[in-house]
Amino acid sequence: MAEVVKLLQGNEACTLGAIAAGLEFYAGYPITPSTEIAEMCSEELPKIGGRFIQMEDEIGSIAACIGASLAGKKAMTATSGPGFSLMQESIGYASLCEIPVVIIDMQRVGPSTGMPTSPAQGDLMQARWGTHGDHPIVVLAPGNVKECFELTFRAFEIAEELRVPVIVLADEVIGHMREKVIMPDPKSYKMPKRAMPKTPKGYKPYEADPDGGVPLMAPFGTGYRWHCTGLTHDEAGAPTSNPDVADRLVRRLARKIDKRMDELTDYFAENTEGCEVAVVSFGSSAMAALSAVRRARQEGLKAGMVRLKTMWPFPDAKLRELTKSAHTIIVPEMNLGQLALEVERVVDCKRKVVKLGKVNGELFHPDEIFAALKEAF
Amino acid sequence: MAEFLDYFRKERLPHIWCPGCGHGTVVGALVRAIDKLGLDKNNIVLVSGIGCSSRAVGYLDFDTLHTTHGRAIAFATGVKLARPNLHVIVLTGDGDCAAIGGNHFIHAARRNIDITTIIMNNSIYGMTSGQYSPTTPHGMYATTAPYGNVEYDFDLCELAEAAGATYVARATSYHVTLLESLIEKAIMNKGFSVVEALTQCPTYLGRKNKIGGPVEVLNWIKDRTVNVKAVSSLPPEKTEGKILIGELYKTERPEYTASYMEMSAKVQRTYNGSFKSKGGERGCESNSD
Repeated sequence: MAEVVKLLQGNEACTLGAIAAGLEFYAGYPITPSTEIAEMCSEELPKIGGRFIQMEDEIGSIAACIGASLAGKKAMTATSGPGFSLMQESIGYASLCEIPVVIIDMQRVGPSTGMPTSPAQGDLMQARWGTHGDHPIVVLAPGNVKECFELTFRAFEIAEELRVPVIVLADEVIGHMREKVIMPDPKSYKMPKRAMPKTPKGYKPYEADPDGGVPLMAPFGTGYRWHCTGLTHDEAGAPTSNPDVADRLVRRLARKIDKRMDELTDYFAENTEGCEVAVVSFGSSAMAALSAVRRARQEGLKAGMVRLKTMWPFPDAKLRELTKSAHTIIVPEMNLGQLALEVERVVDCKRKVVKLGKVNGELFHPDEIFAALKEAF
Repeated sequence: MAEFLDYFRKERLPHIWCPGCGHGTVVGALVRAIDKLGLDKNNIVLVSGIGCSSRAVGYLDFDTLHTTHGRAIAFATGVKLARPNLHVIVLTGDGDCAAIGGNHFIHAARRNIDITTIIMNNSIYGMTSGQYSPTTPHGMYATTAPYGNVEYDFDLCELAEAAGATYVARATSYHVTLLESLIEKAIMNKGFSVVEALTQCPTYLGRKNKIGGPVEVLNWIKDRTVNVKAVSSLPPEKTEGKILIGELYKTERPEYTASYMEMSAKVQRTYNGSFKSKGGERGCESNSD
């Protein structure tokens, strides 16, 4: 098969990745800088028998996606900071009720309305802890346009397999940037498929191995007649206040993710072996960081680069291993140190963690990171 | 009676509602309407939000979805658009539907999406123990209106009609046979249907306003209403300030999911061949509607 090369915007690549993964339902509300995803879905989904609906707000958007997912459709929404904040309550609902859904957050400068057309990475902690209560969630961060396709596809695999909401956490630059993408051969990837129960007889919607098991999900309208509730529930789906049942449920949900840390962890690393200073970053900040690290290498400095693609669950052990030889770790990010906090938590306290935060809506220039590297050596 | 109990998850009973609550009467009417229509249990999805009303779905033997506060109609929109063949019924309350969920309510009406919304309106927040709601009459007492309600209430049926619903009706937990027949017609209407059921909350509305127990609150509701069919034959003093019950509005307008599917079919014919659209290849052959 001839290679297919496309010039794509990050938002378009996300949409194509979702469609490749079998997207059938999109509900969204217009918001910069993610709107192109909604526009493209409105155009493409009717062609393949899918559904697009522009809801009255982001709360309705995530709710409609969850409803569609319960009815057996692969569902996605896309938004940015303000809309992402509005979605949080129902993201928690999807976490507890174990409903697969993919949410793309094209981050922009906050807090509040902030700077809608400028990039930021201030939603890193919100993506993990935006909804109340301990809950499972997976967050993936593409670092270029090709990864927008790949990680959105991957988000569906994880969402469908583990029955969790998965967030694709990109930013304005990743979403609006255009790059050449060599499209993967559709034969090279397998469309994710939701595991379904075999018979309604004796079906318990939340019956699963307490050690991180994933229950089988029956689509609504297929004869299973089960109850889905945001109240803490037992294996049969009935609301309960039983402390043992509640404890078992919340721990199983957390374990669902923790147990699969290795398969969920994804990153890019270069020259980390024996590096003295490591740069740890993600998303568009990592583009400038990589350029700075390569320049440092050319100048004979032992610098290494780690770009995280899986932000949550945070890859503690892997990051510790990749940065073990470094005496200093520089963390460039477009916020005031959210990733750096995690890095500090993970690496041993003798190492110095340098927070390189930026919140003015501008991208990092490689020179800024290079200067920090020089200073660290 | 036994056959009606078949619509319930008997193992989940007894329910959590207070003695004398009117919500169970509405659930009874719903079940009898469904039975009368002879609908397949497997093709019905009940969706609710948060509050006393919303606990109803947990007791009923259908696919049931107890969602977040105010969002039942938005979740239901997703279910209905995903599978237009299903009967989607929302059970909600005055707080859930008209306060926190008001936006979804009017937009579902505007779209005329085929969802039947049954509002159990007891004019109070019961689950949180008696705060005033958007339908608490002016001057009445609630735990957050200790000096009488300063605000004025919504007429939810007028709101639904203005927003675009194609079937709008109202009954009470006193007028049970009327309620049942209105629910039946609402389910059959291809479009957004609203049935407001005024119900008694003796525990909070009744007590806080010194109306009395369940019977007194029920009578209070009855006395506030007049059947729309009787209005023209009654003298003005008997109808003034009364709440109308019965079928209040009915019209025909294209239904949202039908229009969407029609558009999609047309687009697919135009673009035929440029996209593969076989369900099997998309990994969802069992739900390709």
